[in-house]
Amino acid sequence: MDDALLSIDALRLALPSGARLLDGVSLRLERGRILGVVGESGSGKSLTGLSVLGLQPRGRLEGKLAFEGQDLLGFGPGDWRRFRGRRAAIIFQDPMTAFLPVRRIGAQIAEQIRLHSLCSRREAETRVIALLSRMGVPAPREAARRFPHELSGGLRQRAMIAMALSCDPDLVIADEPTTALDVTVQAQILMLLREIGARRAGVMLITHDMGVVAQICTDIAVLYAGVVVESGPAEAVLRTPWHPYTRALLRAIPPMDGARPDRLPTIEGTPPAPEARPPGCVFAPRCPERRAACAFRPALRRHEDRSVACVLYP
Amino acid sequence: MRGVLSRLGQTLFVLFGISVLVFAVFFATPGSDPSARIAGRGASEETIARIRHEYGFDRGLVARYLSMMDHLFLSRDLTSYVNHGQNVVAEVFHAAPVTLSLVSWAALFWVGGALVTGMLAACFAGRWPDRLLSGLGILGLSVPVFWLGEMVNLLSQSRFHDTMLFRWVPALGYIPPGISLTGWAKCLILPALTLSIAFIGIYGRILRSDLLAAMQEDALRTARAKGAGPVRLWVFHALRLSGLSVVSLFGLDFAQLLGGGALLTEVVFALPGVGHLTYQGLSTLDLPLIMATVMYSAFFVVIANVLVDGLYRLLDPRIGSRSGTAARGGRSHG
Repeated sequence: MDDALLSIDALRLALPSGARLLDGVSLRLERGRILGVVGESGSGKSLTGLSVLGLQPRGRLEGKLAFEGQDLLGFGPGDWRRFRGRRAAIIFQDPMTAFLPVRRIGAQIAEQIRLHSLCSRREAETRVIALLSRMGVPAPREAARRFPHELSGGLRQRAMIAMALSCDPDLVIADEPTTALDVTVQAQILMLLREIGARRAGVMLITHDMGVVAQICTDIAVLYAGVVVESGPAEAVLRTPWHPYTRALLRAIPPMDGARPDRLPTIEGTPPAPEARPPGCVFAPRCPERRAACAFRPALRRHEDRSVACVLYP
Repeated sequence: MRGVLSRLGQTLFVLFGISVLVFAVFFATPGSDPSARIAGRGASEETIARIRHEYGFDRGLVARYLSMMDHLFLSRDLTSYVNHGQNVVAEVFHAAPVTLSLVSWAALFWVGGALVTGMLAACFAGRWPDRLLSGLGILGLSVPVFWLGEMVNLLSQSRFHDTMLFRWVPALGYIPPGISLTGWAKCLILPALTLSIAFIGIYGRILRSDLLAAMQEDALRTARAKGAGPVRLWVFHALRLSGLSVVSLFGLDFAQLLGGGALLTEVVFALPGVGHLTYQGLSTLDLPLIMATVMYSAFFVVIANVLVDGLYRLLDPRIGSRSGTAARGGRSHG
């Protein structure tokens, strides 16, 4: 019934204290697409990505989390072990701390290959070198023998991507893969991600950078305080944002041409704390379009190929 | 290569410094007559005069130091004046293998014990196995080793010696491995266990907290995301990261024990090791003997430090590129 690669519906993550970190994340990702998950810090973007791999640090997940129709929430430890790295892989934001500092890059990538396929040390080594050279790492044989601290930030991130792709996963989650890098390296890494998207795998790109979304994403999901408030094809959402939060978010980006505004518009107030969430629409306290109906949480409604959770679009 | 040479130079300098310090404390303290002290209590005037000449105490400080070092290291004929004529250097060389055997066995037990208890406590953090191990660890830490040793002796040597449990225990004392390998092992197992109890307590606790800290690192999250199972996660990732601080501690403790720190255990179990020798020297104020054992221990502490530094470089490749001292404090969280 559902042919999506990844389909998340009303996913919730609550702590034992009652604080809600995710409160209704719904999104779909199909093969060959790049989904940009955007939102400000603390909105639950990274947590959503980690949850897909069952790596959320604390709390219990509820709702629906399906991968090619398979229910991930029913997974046991063994199922997760076979799933992680093999069918879905993650690229972390900071490749410096994400690699084990005391082992060689090549050995760390080979470890993942050998965890998921029966192959000799030599075969794994050959595959690592092939992967690194495909990622555009110069002198891949030497790079594989280096320790993480001996590589530049860009090369480390390429190695990280090589590791994520080492077992040909169907889903790649990239958690702010370019945040720790300078702009020229960023562009190269984004090109790599776009190539992955072209290889029939699905990419979930977690970022707070609308520019990155505009460059490479085919779809977009906007998260606010643990709730997906709007989603749809990237081009349409970026051109005519519907949800007041998406609109405000896009207005806060300086325009590419024309006169520079003295001040960029900001969003008044701060996002709600996980312990003190508004009972109705999560954005209502900061929303310029607030009305009485906002006291009840609007559902994420589909309008053709787009979805939005706002009373303005019944 | 330059690093090795400079390290060697440093080592020699430290050893030289220690020898000067020890010499100064024992033989150049103003107001005391070293020859009278070497001769021991109640020695005749002639003996004192002979010693004064023999050790060059009637000459300048530098000459005295050089002659002392000559007696200690080159001609190795420094003799005790309490047990008249006994060669002190030879005695230390006889005692060293005993201590080395005892401490090596103990190290085996304490590293193994700490690995098991630390791992278990970390895996079950906050639950009853953790609490139980923590309680046992504190108990092991607080039991004095001489009391524990006496209790072990009481059980294994007299009260229950003829039961199945302790029939294999040989009489107190040391059996060199050259005479009987099994005897050597048998005579050392109980003393080594006694000595290792406190260390298992300390090392288990340290390893536990290091493991738990390592599990919070980003690198461990990556390992999980790769699909690593719990054994691989704990042993190949967390333990690999947290072994570093334990290694440096181990080097220091091991050296300290080799240098006579196992004194109480050696005395209680009647093992003629270096600690026993130091104890003997101290109780009779046998200065040449003390001088020799102190130099010997200093030598081992310094050597062990060099070895630990080398091991550290192997375990943590980041150290070679940074200054060695900055990284020694522990893992960096940068």
